Amino acid sequence: MSSLSTIFTVSIFRSALETGCIYALVALALFISFSILNIADLTTDGCYTLGCAVGAMVTMSGHPFLALPAAMCAGALAGFVTAFLQTRLGVESILAGIIVNTGLYTINIMVMKFSSVVNIFNCDTIFRYAKKVIGGEWYKVIVVLIVVAVVALLLGWFLNTRLGLSIRATGDNSSMVKASSINPAFTITVGLCVANSLTALAGCLLAQYQNSCDINIGTGMVTIALASLIIGETIVGKGGILRRVVGVIVGSCLYRFIVAVAIRMHVPAECLKLVSAIIVAVAIATPYLKSKAVFWKTRLTRMKENKKLQKQAEQGIGGK
Amino acid sequence: MLELKGISKTFNPGTVNEKRALYQVNLNLADGDFATIIGSNGAGKSTMFNAITGAFLVDEGSIILDGKNITFAREHVRSKVIGHLFQDPLLGTAPHMTIEENMALAYLRAGKSRYAYFSRISGADKKKFREQLSLLDMGLEDRMKQPVGLLSGGQRQALTLLMATMVTPKILLLDEHTAALDPATAEKVLKLTKDIVAERKITCLMVTHNMQQALELGNRILMMDSGSIVLDVKDEEKAGMTTDDLLEQFRIRAGKKLDNDRILLSS
Repeated sequence: MSSLSTIFTVSIFRSALETGCIYALVALALFISFSILNIADLTTDGCYTLGCAVGAMVTMSGHPFLALPAAMCAGALAGFVTAFLQTRLGVESILAGIIVNTGLYTINIMVMKFSSVVNIFNCDTIFRYAKKVIGGEWYKVIVVLIVVAVVALLLGWFLNTRLGLSIRATGDNSSMVKASSINPAFTITVGLCVANSLTALAGCLLAQYQNSCDINIGTGMVTIALASLIIGETIVGKGGILRRVVGVIVGSCLYRFIVAVAIRMHVPAECLKLVSAIIVAVAIATPYLKSKAVFWKTRLTRMKENKKLQKQAEQGIGGK
Repeated sequence: MLELKGISKTFNPGTVNEKRALYQVNLNLADGDFATIIGSNGAGKSTMFNAITGAFLVDEGSIILDGKNITFAREHVRSKVIGHLFQDPLLGTAPHMTIEENMALAYLRAGKSRYAYFSRISGADKKKFREQLSLLDMGLEDRMKQPVGLLSGGQRQALTLLMATMVTPKILLLDEHTAALDPATAEKVLKLTKDIVAERKITCLMVTHNMQQALELGNRILMMDSGSIVLDVKDEEKAGMTTDDLLEQFRIRAGKKLDNDRILLSS
């Protein structure tokens, strides 16, 4: 028991909440593109780094708050390019994301003034402001929770407006959309812009959270976000938009918690990617295995019953 | 209300697959006209609908709706004032969205301002949706929070009809919208169609393969063959017609016998 209590500490819970909420924004971005629009948007990795780079540079110039909308604008622009490629130039959606993702590497390194790492340890960040105002140990959690809560509420509101409903219908039934005076090119564009602005916002928060930006920080982000998304949807299941949004956030925090526990259990740093991959695979496989388990269980009990009945019938015949 | 002036359409021109789908189609639908359309397979009934909704541009001719030339208007712009129902009941609604959300989408689509992107439905609107759903008599008014994917085909088609007419369209296009439903449900959806069209005086075009239905419904009957309208009978003249008259007329006008088994078997 004593070993368990050293693994599940308050600080591990806190740091899982902090990073979980930041990555939840990326998961929410995929919620829009993957779950709602039914598009595999692979801009995510590069866009996350873009948000991180823009966030770090604007913060370095002394505007940590301005960094948030600046990163979001940059992300929305990246999303716009992806959407433009697929809606106006006929590029396959996955390919469009990959193309933009590749191009963003150069853009990102240009934003970072051609160095692969930018440190902002000596700059004022929103977290530093929060430390002064709130103090204690939970100030980081409070900041990210506020951001995520605002985003979740706005998203819940937005997806029930006329535009939001149109975006949801676009991913749900394309033939209906055409007959409903919705321009799918427009709704896909808006959806991807919103999604990528959230991804970039997450990058910006992370830059300020860890006081640095690395050109490779976004590598594998789409896998992690997808894992969070699927964990969330598995836990919460189907339901209203706000319920699903909260599910995604919870899923992201849970994922971070699992990773943090793995670190605490002295899993070497170089093995973390493998751990992540395993978590993703398990998360995706679980709902499928669950439904399969029900099938096998009923099959087994039915087979037993049938055997019993057969035996009884045979005995009946033998008795006569 | 709707005027088609000599529209033609040939698919895959200049190839072995060349298909003349529409040829010099002329039609003038008056305000409040309810015309049924019958014709052999590949006569161009659905193609004519698609030309009106803007799924493709016609090769020649023009389409005028309510005095406005929409020949070159884009599909999603036209669909603001055109209601279109398909044979497949799955095409008209979004399965993972709730009944209420589907209706909200239909209701908001023709919002007053073109730029009212952030408008939402109010409690009063929801009450109105409920009232309209109760008219269907399918118990849907108590399932408004359920995803549409859980409904039966007939229920989905009835809902689609309600959505298409929620904001009165300038023209309603019905493409065999009851053909995929079981007889009882088809009857119900058809009655609903009749009621809604009559009550709101909606100008309506309806493709059917049922001759009896074509004769009973509406004030006008069109027969199509090889991409053209070969017969157009209205009002009193239509009222006195029988299925035999129709078949005879078709033989004379098209110069051949009607070859649609579905029509012949169901008449």
